Amino acid sequence: MTQSPQPVLEVEDLSIRFQERGRSLLAVRNLSFQVARGETLAIVGESGCGKSITALALLGLVPPPGRAEGKAIRLEGRNLLGLGPEALRDVRGRRIAMVFQEPMTTLNPVLTIGEQIVETIRDHETVSRREARDRALTLLERVHIPDPVRRFGEHPHRLSGGMRQRVVIAMALACNPVVLVADEPTTALDVTIQAQILDLIDELKQGGMGVVLITHDLGVVAGHAERVLVMYAGRKVEERAAADLFATPLHPYTRGLIAARPRRRVDGGGRPRLVEIPGTVPSLAAMPPGCAFAPRCASATEDCTAAEPPLTVLKNTSLEDGQVACLRVGDFLAPSHSLPHARLA
Amino acid sequence: MALVVLGIAVVNFFLLHLAPGDAAQVLAGEAGSATPEYMAALRRQFGLDQPLPLQFLQYLGNLLTFNLGFSFRHGLPVLELIGQRLPATLLLMTASIGFAVLAGSALGVVAARNAGRLADTLISTLALLFYATPVFWIGLVLVVVFSVGLDWLPVGGMTSVEAGYGGWDHVKDVARHLVLPAATLGLFYLAIYTRLMRAAMLEVTTQDFVRTAVAKGLKPRRIALRHVLRNALLPVVTMLGVQVGSILGGAVLVETIFAWPGLGRLAFEALFQRDLNLLLGILLCSSAVVVVVNLAVDLLYTVLDPRIDFAR
Repeated sequence: MTQSPQPVLEVEDLSIRFQERGRSLLAVRNLSFQVARGETLAIVGESGCGKSITALALLGLVPPPGRAEGKAIRLEGRNLLGLGPEALRDVRGRRIAMVFQEPMTTLNPVLTIGEQIVETIRDHETVSRREARDRALTLLERVHIPDPVRRFGEHPHRLSGGMRQRVVIAMALACNPVVLVADEPTTALDVTIQAQILDLIDELKQGGMGVVLITHDLGVVAGHAERVLVMYAGRKVEERAAADLFATPLHPYTRGLIAARPRRRVDGGGRPRLVEIPGTVPSLAAMPPGCAFAPRCASATEDCTAAEPPLTVLKNTSLEDGQVACLRVGDFLAPSHSLPHARLA
Repeated sequence: MALVVLGIAVVNFFLLHLAPGDAAQVLAGEAGSATPEYMAALRRQFGLDQPLPLQFLQYLGNLLTFNLGFSFRHGLPVLELIGQRLPATLLLMTASIGFAVLAGSALGVVAARNAGRLADTLISTLALLFYATPVFWIGLVLVVVFSVGLDWLPVGGMTSVEAGYGGWDHVKDVARHLVLPAATLGLFYLAIYTRLMRAAMLEVTTQDFVRTAVAKGLKPRRIALRHVLRNALLPVVTMLGVQVGSILGGAVLVETIFAWPGLGRLAFEALFQRDLNLLLGILLCSSAVVVVVNLAVDLLYTVLDPRIDFAR
């Protein structure tokens, strides 16, 4: 991929392995992607496809017995894989920060909001208490919290879910990170609040921050991400520019996801029946042979179960630098694209 | 609160009167000349010849005027007797609970932060040992080792007999006498707090906000003390409130072993001498202590956990 001049985050060949009682399972396999400054990369997939654990791996937070392995997670050129605990701690919260799914539980109930922002600043930079406090107040303002001086001294239980998520974002921004990882930041919130939070993240990335947005909601992706990475069973199955993905989804799984979105009522009629992808994500311990999606795929052929389809780059087509892992991708491309051969590596 | 204490007093009164025998019998037995006339005279003198309901009404009437009655055995008003002994018991209780909570929590924190490693195994084993060992046995062993063997600390009592100490020397003297009884009484509770704190710390560690703290890149020490410990203290404080009652019970044993001039021993003696007025007074007094401590614990909650509000 050559789309971005200087990626701020590069993940190369990342695998996440869980080893327990002699069994070794791969929750994520050979995942690579890049995020540029000011860009949002959305990672999309069903529950259990490995997107949340990928988010945790970016901050070196994979819980034991899990382990991140592979070539590199490069943040501003520096490989985080293999950093010691102290070096990793220094990077977390300062250069790369995270926003979690559940704002009700991600804040410590017994500390005030102000304390929780200030401690982040003071554990990374040598600043006076007073200066840290001023910065925390500015941060609360930046995430549009009304009356920040009052909120500063309040405990989380006094705030609504949307407000808490703003506080979590303010906390994440405390040291001006270059990458923000947001793991389902709006799942636990009302629809109207969801839009506000996503708009806020959009606004904040104007400063040149790269954003990794983890979500299962394609609706979120449409308005707020430049690129979309679709994961299935721990593997990247498609990565495209967001506009391309919605216009011509290629992988059958992506097409299933897009078809499965709830749709508006058609004129005069009822709401169209909600389409679903049959079956469920396979368990890591019982992966089907070949393409992991084959058992649920309407287009699967015998070849699909023979070997895992390689990730192919769609060069020399109008789709530029998209990537898809499907044997039959050539059949799905519209004739106008005139792909000479399905596999173009 | 006053109702709770009054209820306890009523229950105590009838419970104690269920037991056979009275002060007159004990006194007469000791005197060796138990003629029926002598015993009847004693009973009349003590007011024990009245029917039980009447005795009860009189007792209640006295309570309302804070008159706890008269101990015929000691020849002193009950209130005065308790007043003499209460400070010693409160001192012993505070010292042993303070020791148990502080040292126990500290050990629990160390064990939790090193969960599964050598320090944790050592601390957990030790806690189990203290938990399982009878209090009187610990007391005797401590006496054998530190008083008899090493001669570091006094065997018993609260002050040295040669005494005459004043001011600061007196404080030091009492403190030296306090070490063994407080340690004996405290070790059992220390074991409980160690185990409780370890479990609470490990549980809080799995909470989302701790993961947030790690993701913020906070220093491990700050995470452990500020985020985990603050939240793990809640169950410990709950336990504290529950245990004040039982530690008063434990004090009876320890005060007897170490000849500590406290309420526990007084109650123990009163029970055997059927000195019901005194016993009732002591029980009332300890229930008041427990109630007050529980109130203090409830107030402490609101400080520790901002989600708990007076209004609710």
